[in-house]
Amino acid sequence: MSAVVGGLTDAARGTATTPTPTPISRRKLTGYFLLLPALAWLAIFFAVPSVQLMATSLYDRSGSLEYGYEMTFAVGNYPAAWTAYATQFGRSFMYAGIATVLAIFLAYPLAYAIAFRAGRFKHLMLVLVIAPFFTSFLVRTLAWNSILADNGFVVGSLKTIGILPEDGRLLASSVAVVAGLTYNFLPFMVLPLYASLEKIDLRLVEAARDLYANGFTAFRKVTLPLSLPGLVAGTLLTFIPASGDYINSQLLGTPKQAMIGNVIDRNFLVILDYPMAAACSVTLMVAIVTMVLFYVRRSGAEELL
Amino acid sequence: MTETQTPAAGAQLSLRALTKRFEKFVAVDALDLDVGAGQFFALLGPSGCGKTTTLRMIAGLEEPTSGQILLGGDDIARLKPYKRPVNTVFQNYALFPHLNIFENVAFGLRRRRIGNVKPKVDEMLELVQLGAMATRKPSQLSGGQQQRVALARALINQPRILLLDEPLGALDLKLRRQMQLELKRIQTEVGITFIHVTHDQEEAMTMADTIAVMNNGVVEQLGGPTELYDNPATTFVSNFLGQSNLIRGTVKTAGADVVVDVHGTTAAVPADRARVTSGDVWVGVRPEKVELTAAGQAAGAPGTTQTGTTLAGGVVAEVAFIGVSTQYLVEMPWGQQLTVFVQNNGARDDFRPGDPVDVHWRGEHTFLLDAAQDAHAGEEE
Repeated sequence: MSAVVGGLTDAARGTATTPTPTPISRRKLTGYFLLLPALAWLAIFFAVPSVQLMATSLYDRSGSLEYGYEMTFAVGNYPAAWTAYATQFGRSFMYAGIATVLAIFLAYPLAYAIAFRAGRFKHLMLVLVIAPFFTSFLVRTLAWNSILADNGFVVGSLKTIGILPEDGRLLASSVAVVAGLTYNFLPFMVLPLYASLEKIDLRLVEAARDLYANGFTAFRKVTLPLSLPGLVAGTLLTFIPASGDYINSQLLGTPKQAMIGNVIDRNFLVILDYPMAAACSVTLMVAIVTMVLFYVRRSGAEELL
Repeated sequence: MTETQTPAAGAQLSLRALTKRFEKFVAVDALDLDVGAGQFFALLGPSGCGKTTTLRMIAGLEEPTSGQILLGGDDIARLKPYKRPVNTVFQNYALFPHLNIFENVAFGLRRRRIGNVKPKVDEMLELVQLGAMATRKPSQLSGGQQQRVALARALINQPRILLLDEPLGALDLKLRRQMQLELKRIQTEVGITFIHVTHDQEEAMTMADTIAVMNNGVVEQLGGPTELYDNPATTFVSNFLGQSNLIRGTVKTAGADVVVDVHGTTAAVPADRARVTSGDVWVGVRPEKVELTAAGQAAGAPGTTQTGTTLAGGVVAEVAFIGVSTQYLVEMPWGQQLTVFVQNNGARDDFRPGDPVDVHWRGEHTFLLDAAQDAHAGEEE
């Protein structure tokens, strides 16, 4: 305490006479000291693994876990990964994209209703959105497995009304995987959207209506642009984990619905081809970061980055 | 209690039995009101009196329970807000934060697909002296500037009526004074009917041609600022606009002058200033219209021969020196304290607490109100 007081008086005196920079720079350093735990955490659990992953992707593929890998800067691992798994990469982004779009159309009306129409049920509805998180991701996806099962209620009903042919099934199809992805990441779309919508001053909508905008135009010109930060955040929070997901494909699909997550999973844990798995991981990371940057620039929501 | 006078012909906006009932209470109760074309009209009242609800019904943001809103003869009460030739300057402005000043002002024109937007917006920004701010966002502007953008955004649509909802409420006192004159100037320049909602009696009196004083969902009195101040129709108006001394009396005779017995003294009030002409009454007089003299001395400001009413036996209870005037509280023999403002122009004696004094006033400065009304209605807390 006394040191701080001394520092203050020194600093004050310093401005009057000759500058004495030492106390000020010591106070500036305090901020950096406070950053240290977080920086250490990031270094150990993010920077080191990332560097290790990139290094692994450049190892010689002829090595093995038992005898070790040799660092040969095998850049060729990347083209090998792309040619071998182009389908899975494409499928991942397609599934994640469809799931994200579906989530937008499901989440926007829901978030809008919670923000503006729910009245005293607002908090209850928010709790219901979050409630699925009380059980594990795996269990919830397994539940979808039984919902979409061949002898289940949904398939039965769809067959009765003729939407699904007699030998049709939902499980083990792209529909099931996309449905699972949409369901699992829906809350990540709802919550940021709700946060954005809830902040909108309804008088702005009234002002738009006063200025010759009908209900739809007022939404398009005022509510929607003002909810854009939430929409962008929700899209990122849905699309990014969905493109790397492998549980939904595993539990609701077949190898025909394999996503890049399944490829990485199999290469790391079954085939034990670490360089290939790492090359796929790095490619996925770079691809997502590129897409996100492009998307955020285009949507004008740079403040999110 | 409700008094509505119809101003000169050519009234553009007429409210007929306009009523808004919320679940439990009546916000606006069978309101009848006529606003002449090109008028600067103020709806004045305390919060919760129904003035904002009235404004929102005219704008179309609130649906009336019953009644009519006639704009140039057409009933617009059931029209959607975006179909009404009416624009609003909202409280706290409600500028679109994601649009720059130019686009905020252009919003109404673009919605109506009116061409030639740029020169119109530039001209309007010039009118409110914000030409240089076109590319800024609302958050980069000061409160006074935002206020002017809100005004420009509404005016550019050339509405038949401009509604202003407490437009100066968020500004500090100095800026508010400046904007009052500014608004008045712009209104004179564009000639659009302004309907201005406020709880600030000074603001209403400074700007408006006609003021409707509202209380509990009805209009208490309607008239020009001078008329409302000099001859209030109810105790509420007498207290809400400035201050009043209301003294209990009983009417003795009514003729050209209504003669009232006020605690043993006879006071005459011109008949046209008497709202009641029999029974118990409040005799009202504004503090600055009361003259104070040392006990037993004759009243009479220099140059006047008029003698009015003299109430003797007062004792000065409190003195507050304000600067331009001195404010006295005078305790009368019947226990009531009267407020007296005396101009510090050197022509009057100063008094100290405890001095015996007489109070005097002239008949044409008083008004008679129904004694059934609450003497403290409309007083500021």
